[in-house]
Amino acid sequence: MKAIWIYEKKLQYPVRVSKCDPKLAKMLIEQYGGADGELSAALRYLNQRYSIPDKVIGLLTDIGTEEFAHLEMIATMVYKLTKDATPEQLRAAGLADHYVNHGHALFYHDAAGNPWTATYIQAKGDPIADLYEDIAAEEKARATYQWIIDNTDDPDIVDSLRFLREREVVHSLRFREAVEILKEYNSTKKMF
Amino acid sequence: MSETPPQMPKAYYQYLHELQSIDFVLCELTLYLDTHPEDEQALAQFTQFQKRKHNLMTQFEAAFGPLYEFGVSPISGGKWTWSQTPWPWQV
Ligand SMILES: [Fe+2]
Repeated sequence: MKAIWIYEKKLQYPVRVSKCDPKLAKMLIEQYGGADGELSAALRYLNQRYSIPDKVIGLLTDIGTEEFAHLEMIATMVYKLTKDATPEQLRAAGLADHYVNHGHALFYHDAAGNPWTATYIQAKGDPIADLYEDIAAEEKARATYQWIIDNTDDPDIVDSLRFLREREVVHSLRFREAVEILKEYNSTKKMF
Repeated sequence: MSETPPQMPKAYYQYLHELQSIDFVLCELTLYLDTHPEDEQALAQFTQFQKRKHNLMTQFEAAFGPLYEFGVSPISGGKWTWSQTPWPWQV
């Protein structure tokens, strides 16, 4: 039915924001354009597919695609938390540097303002090395979500962040299974 | 700054949440089947939820417009409504 990547006009999970809170948005930006954020995740997995054994291409495609859905959720949180913020409010939240460069636009940088870079991700062309990187990436993303949850008491945002944190747990599990699939595949290849 | 977000009826959110929960199951099953392609129970569950998704999608799109384009969703009322608001971050 779908021969190309296709946009779905809905979020994967609800994002409810009832207030203007640029301080929280500043933290969430870590998962937008940070090293272990959703952009890194999507680009890492989709790019590794071309040199990975056929048995795990499907998994990399599907997890990589889901990461874009997470990126859209983070973007929605940041957008809603900052759309009505005045320059004064943004300055008070430590977002003056962001504002002078981007206004109310989003940009791919981390919470400290460092721009996203491809050096955050790797494709080694070695299946085990790549999958272990992916497992580590999921665990780091899970930890980041935990640190953000620890830093906010907004119940609506916490609900969405818990969903995203649990997705990282599932992704990590699936990547671990992929490692086992490849190990088994390699051992049968050597035996016969 | 930002334009006023469109006011969506309660039914929109109800449909949306139901779709999101069905799609969540389908997403979970997709990843699971990627590493357990032989699991017949998961396959059966997938087919079952796919039917539910299809039914709900048809109702949602008839009421609130297309969820996908590039020819995947039907055109309702002979009008191009895909590019109309609301976009997901506006509701
Ligand atoms: Fe993930």
